[in-house]
Amino acid sequence: MSEQAKDIKSREYRSVTQVAGPLMIVEGVEEVAYGEVVYIRTPGGENRMGQVLESQENVAIVQVFEGTRGLDTDQTRVRFAGDIMRISLSKEILGRSFDGLGRPIDGGPEIIPEARLSITGAAINPTARAYPNEFIQTGISTIDGMNTLVRGQKLPIFSGSGLPHNELAAQIARQATVLGSEEPFSVIFAAMGITHEEANFFINSFESTGALERIVSFINLADDPAIERIITPRMALTTAEFLAFNYDTHVLVILTDMTNYCEALREISSAREEVPGRRGYPGYMYTDLATNYERAGRIIGKRGSITQMPILSMPDDDITHPVPDLTGYITEGQFVLSRELHRKGIYPPVDVLPSLSRLMNEGIGEGRTRADHLGVSDQCYSGYAEGRDVRSLVAVVGEEALSERDRLNLKFAEVFEERFVTQGVDENRTIEQTLDLGWELLSMFPEGELKRIDEKYVKQYYKKGSQVGAGD
Amino acid sequence: MGNQKTGRIKSIAGPLVIAKDMRGCEMYEVVRVGQEGLMGEIIKLIQDLAYVQVYEDTTGLKPGEEVVRTGAPVSVELGPGIITNFYDGIQRPLLEIKNQAGDYITRGINLPGLDPDKKWDFTATVKKGDELIGGDYLGEVQESKVIKHRIMVPPGIQGKVVEIKSGSFTVNEVIAILESGGKKIELTMKQKWPVRIGRPLKKKLDPEVPLLTGQRIYDTFFPIAKGGTAAIPGGFGTGKTVSQHQLAKWADSQVVVYVGCGERGNEMTEVLITFPELDDPSTGEKLMERSTLIANTSNMPVAAREASIYTGVTIAEYYRDMEYDVALMADSSSRWAEALREISGRLEEMPGEEGFPAYLGTRLADFYERAGRVVTLGSQERFGSVSIIGAVSPPGGDFSEPVAQNTLRVVSAFWALDTNLADRRHFPAINWLTSYSLYLDFVKPWFDQNVGKEFQGLRGDMMALLEQEAELQEIVQLVGQDALPESDRALLEVARMIREDYLQQHAYHEIDSYCSKEKQYLMLKIIMKFYQEVNKAIESGVGANRIAAVKVKDEIARMKYTPNQDFPKRYEELIQSIEGEFESLRNQK
Repeated sequence: MSEQAKDIKSREYRSVTQVAGPLMIVEGVEEVAYGEVVYIRTPGGENRMGQVLESQENVAIVQVFEGTRGLDTDQTRVRFAGDIMRISLSKEILGRSFDGLGRPIDGGPEIIPEARLSITGAAINPTARAYPNEFIQTGISTIDGMNTLVRGQKLPIFSGSGLPHNELAAQIARQATVLGSEEPFSVIFAAMGITHEEANFFINSFESTGALERIVSFINLADDPAIERIITPRMALTTAEFLAFNYDTHVLVILTDMTNYCEALREISSAREEVPGRRGYPGYMYTDLATNYERAGRIIGKRGSITQMPILSMPDDDITHPVPDLTGYITEGQFVLSRELHRKGIYPPVDVLPSLSRLMNEGIGEGRTRADHLGVSDQCYSGYAEGRDVRSLVAVVGEEALSERDRLNLKFAEVFEERFVTQGVDENRTIEQTLDLGWELLSMFPEGELKRIDEKYVKQYYKKGSQVGAGD
Repeated sequence: MGNQKTGRIKSIAGPLVIAKDMRGCEMYEVVRVGQEGLMGEIIKLIQDLAYVQVYEDTTGLKPGEEVVRTGAPVSVELGPGIITNFYDGIQRPLLEIKNQAGDYITRGINLPGLDPDKKWDFTATVKKGDELIGGDYLGEVQESKVIKHRIMVPPGIQGKVVEIKSGSFTVNEVIAILESGGKKIELTMKQKWPVRIGRPLKKKLDPEVPLLTGQRIYDTFFPIAKGGTAAIPGGFGTGKTVSQHQLAKWADSQVVVYVGCGERGNEMTEVLITFPELDDPSTGEKLMERSTLIANTSNMPVAAREASIYTGVTIAEYYRDMEYDVALMADSSSRWAEALREISGRLEEMPGEEGFPAYLGTRLADFYERAGRVVTLGSQERFGSVSIIGAVSPPGGDFSEPVAQNTLRVVSAFWALDTNLADRRHFPAINWLTSYSLYLDFVKPWFDQNVGKEFQGLRGDMMALLEQEAELQEIVQLVGQDALPESDRALLEVARMIREDYLQQHAYHEIDSYCSKEKQYLMLKIIMKFYQEVNKAIESGVGANRIAAVKVKDEIARMKYTPNQDFPKRYEELIQSIEGEFESLRNQK
């Protein structure tokens, strides 16, 4: 592709015939490639960028990233670049900031490319993938203990407006370590349509750890052009692949907020008058999201890895909304933040019941965390789930009508939220501390009730005469 | 005008390319698009325009580039070498792609499904002069440690054997020559078959033999028959994929075709890593020795995803024709339907429900109808089966959406995954109240004969208890458990035992992962025994609180972790413990 692309001189036209929403139609064009990059010069002298969405014999439909304001059907010049969308990359990219289209915004020079990579990226051959199984200790009990994160996993945070998802993501980025590993680590931060304060919060938080030279940011703020957001995650992920697989780096990619990304997708789709799927989002949104999310993982024989943590706000806290729904089908689990816990003043307000890490089983146990890990986590789940059921029951029948067992579960749910879930923004618990805390709480149940834990671990760790819950 | 051999690209939008000068093309013909020769399939024709769905990424294609006809529909290569292999949606071997292109799947790679250079030891089982028809065996090849691959006369061909040789051959070398009406037909070990057409068979049979899965919830409560169809719908996180993996691992079929259709890359990697390591309980060899995998992950081209389930089912039918029981897992049919929707949208077809094309239901039915226990083609009476188990991923976990509903209309076993159960880590999270199996009556005689006459009766009793529990729970929600009569409280206790100690099954536990039918039967009998003793105790006035505190309950809770072969002994012990403890309970009174 690149060979032939060089042969074709870039061609300039002034034949824009239609501008509608984010789209522009250029006629009288020749040999325009699908996916080709387009440079646009407005009558006012501004430069913009676009990409070919549909190529016909003499007509090209172009999506304009920075908005179509100021374009006309007379003076506007359109130049087809003869190449698809690429990003210039080198090791020097570490510590730099770019806009949503990959142009420097930190006053520094352009990157002198070591490689110019297509931002679409190709699918990793499933036979080339290495299965992720290295435990990442985030220092957060609800994650490490209950929904363990591993290197190369894609695990989103499902949040709602007003919930502390940024604090949680920043805390994870600060504290995440792989036990016994000192390999190069970096964070790629892609912001899509978030506010200035939110972006600043992240940058400051990275700065406070003194790790700014290991961060690459791609920033598209709320007042930046919306269509640009289609490109932003692809820029970030191409950079991540470059660092991970060319420079043996362990990369954590934070993508926030994916809901804004999906809205940009919807805008393009409706401008093209496509048949809409659910809630007006395009039918191909699953595939489109997958081409981003699937760019996480590890490759056999390569030392680096890409771990993805997309953040998305669920409109009206609705987990069945298409954005969280399709995301959940692609990612390997999810952390769900709960407004109820947040209102109770619990931080981090991770609701462990709908949260899940699909790769947990591979990353825990003997030699990785501790042999009793799976049992402790299962038992805590079931105790907490039953306790929560009882809690809703109490509202109807009152506490007197409860059986002994129910009362114990109810108590467990309370203590679990107070002591296990709750922790400080800077509190960094080791996995041993988390599991020991789990045992301390579980020991309020009679030994025989701990059916989900192997007997030998119950014997080893059960704390007889535990004081938790014995108070009343 | 005559038929043109090549046309030109007129326009490109996503995976859809429109080509002109294509008069004379046929629907579903394969074409090569552009300079790189990307594979595509014609899905609509208007005058001399052909609408082509392209199986690879179309970025960079330009109008005016060539589109070359091949004259053949999308086909798979059938022959030795399929088992233990790992393909993409259009049967390109992924390991070979990796050898040629590296870690990423790049475009324009054109590889045959069967290795053309590999030699196989072929042993002829017919002799010169034999009269053969389509489906008859010519001979055998040991394809893997457990699969004997029968080389068959392709459907539609017949004649007298004039030449046949045993020895070491590649799939493209002639091993036999048939003569029919003075014409000589050369046969190799390879057949080609168009994926969208089912392979012919003599007759379909009733699904009378269960496909045992080693999973209690399916085998006991909602069995699927060999040659049957089942759907597992569920929202994300409910364990669809784990269920599919469990079924692929443990189902007592001889061949497994696993189609990962539009799902996660890491999941396919997991299959790829675990299958070659896991032991197959029926043969003692590794599971991979009887499996073939087709992976078109969610980020691989969408049109190839559409083709992948047809590739899978055609391979399944081919092994069925060799007298094997084949299980096909399709994970997930919703992703396949979405591929259909995407292409349909690009064709600007009038959309049906939620943007899906109006023909979604027919396509799904066509696919599931390719399952069945059959009398295969050929001069002898031989049997084989294809069972299809499809996962469905309904948006928002809402089963009223079109893919789930259309699937329900064609499948006979329905295993509904439930988000609430998954949230409390009840796995497999199959809801026992909404799931059903229409095979229960068909397979009853088999269970009576091979497991025990009481088995189906016990199942009915357990189901009734669970049903009553659900009703009682509604009352408990209103008035609390203490307001229930003693007998109802005891019933709740037993129902809980069924749920936790029987239905919950730990997929990752080395012993619990697979539960033999004998063990299932004995486990049911133990719970039944417990229930009877509870009732006796209540009648003699023992309070529900004291019953709830019996020690043997803990032992029953751990019975699932007793290995299959040791279970009969454990059964005797448990029955004694139950009798003993309840007797002393009654006496203490």
